[in-house]
Amino acid sequence: MHVVVCVKQIPDPAEPGSLDPSTKTLKRDQKLILDEADSYGVEMALQLVDTAGGGTVSLVSMAPNGETAGLRTALAMGAADAILVSDPVLQGTDALGTARVLAAAIGRSNPDLILTATESSDGYTGTVPMQVAELLGLPAVTFAKSVKVEGSSVSIQRQTEDGYDDVVCPLPAVVSVTAGVVEPRYPSFKGIMAAKSKPVEELKVADLGLAADQVGWAGGGQEIVEIAAAEARQAGRVVEDEGEAFGEIVAFLENLKII
Amino acid sequence: MALDKVWVFAEAAEGGVKTITLEMLAKAREIADTVECFFGGDGDDVAEVLGEHGATTVHATGDLEGALLGTPVAAAVAAAVQAGEGPDLIMLGTTYDGRDVAGRLSARLGVPVITNVVDVEVDGDDVVGVEPVFGGTTNVKTKFTGDGVKILLVRPKSFAAEGVGGSEADVEDLDVPDLGSTGGARIVSRHVEEATGPKLEEAEIVVSGGRGLGESDKYVMVEDLAKLLKAAPGASRAIVDAGWVPYSYQVGQTGKVVKPTVYIACGISGATQHMVGMKGSKFIIAINKDKEAPIFSIADLGIVGDVHKVMPKLIEAIKGR
Repeated sequence: MHVVVCVKQIPDPAEPGSLDPSTKTLKRDQKLILDEADSYGVEMALQLVDTAGGGTVSLVSMAPNGETAGLRTALAMGAADAILVSDPVLQGTDALGTARVLAAAIGRSNPDLILTATESSDGYTGTVPMQVAELLGLPAVTFAKSVKVEGSSVSIQRQTEDGYDDVVCPLPAVVSVTAGVVEPRYPSFKGIMAAKSKPVEELKVADLGLAADQVGWAGGGQEIVEIAAAEARQAGRVVEDEGEAFGEIVAFLENLKII
Repeated sequence: MALDKVWVFAEAAEGGVKTITLEMLAKAREIADTVECFFGGDGDDVAEVLGEHGATTVHATGDLEGALLGTPVAAAVAAAVQAGEGPDLIMLGTTYDGRDVAGRLSARLGVPVITNVVDVEVDGDDVVGVEPVFGGTTNVKTKFTGDGVKILLVRPKSFAAEGVGGSEADVEDLDVPDLGSTGGARIVSRHVEEATGPKLEEAEIVVSGGRGLGESDKYVMVEDLAKLLKAAPGASRAIVDAGWVPYSYQVGQTGKVVKPTVYIACGISGATQHMVGMKGSKFIIAINKDKEAPIFSIADLGIVGDVHKVMPKLIEAIKGR
């Protein structure tokens, strides 16, 4: 079985983000890491290939400056190889442009299954999985909290507002997995060493047969017109607990006539 | 000047129409001369409520026979748009199905989606979506520049739903074209998870727990306090990812948006991911042992202390009343 996992390399979410005033986009020129949201898809793919009794897990990523640090993390977990699309013309690419790039890269092989996160942790549009599926002409199931491959189809528990739906879908398909669906493994020392020599094929937009105006600002059909500080919420009273601070909460709730 | 026509994606909930749909209709009435809905299912089930909230027509696919609805609904709307029968603007809620429809539709029509929108500004034909970033501290305004139909994904609780006493919406057929290889996903069964107490999105009081609880069995303190206050229990992404509680408990950018009267954050530091989902609460109470935690910058009452000490006393005190 061949599974492709779309992974994003993002600025460390622990560091405060900022916008580049000239491009009005998120600053992504620092060291990037594997989006934690994608580690679930990588783990899921490794487990599915294992259960199937063999196969490969490949990665597809789009990142500025030929960044591979996040890809190496996923390779260290056990993925076999990766395609990285890195090209200055991708500056300003929106979700649909990203989907065009990912779909073209995925389309270079014929995977049985394509896994993604439900959304990235830095951009969180949440539209890319479906856009990729549509561009590849594939069915898709989003928000999977359990994935089982059964012959030529996949059985999924899909998250809903009130519980979940059991969904069956023929393969090949695009499936987005929720965080927490599996426990991502920590890369072993051996895995980290092996990852250094695993193949990462770096491609340009033109290599994918895409025109420059299908990506970047030109492909976006949108323009950021203003960035402004939102109305700030004021901090209230802060009390250090000396053993009796629970009383402050009781009084606060009493005052609101909640208790 | 207003837009000629807006379509709102209508979603059904148990026994009615989802609140997010009605919230979007309230905004749509403000910005467009004609407001209509589209719906994946039997339009007669929702026509009355949608009409009451100002929709004149509901374009409905009819029974989808178990198909996961994102793909057929998107294909049907795309066909209507390509036939010149579509609107200027399509609004969908940031829900599981809303995102599915928006993504498919965008790729099918080759037009962008502006996502996570909390407000919409219209000036002539220009449509601008307002999106909060960095935990809601900054607003980014994005304008559509292309010629095609404009698609917005709207966050829940961005607008106040309000009925206007309109008459039942006309139901019109929205034909689903042949889906070819894209249409294979089918729902074989549905499962409703037992939920006690009020729903997270609708609760007047929410008590949420985070990583500061230390271990999963301490979440019971959150549940106990929630029960005493008739509140809904919630969670930060950290403990959902850790598998302590289901995804449906998650409050934040990825999870649910809540705007209760009182939000009590227990052992939550206040990552931007979390704050964007709860900073609209009327009153925020936070308990956290790190006095530098960002949650204190938005809390009306902040207790710098150990949740394991403060919460048991708080629970006992409320029980004793």
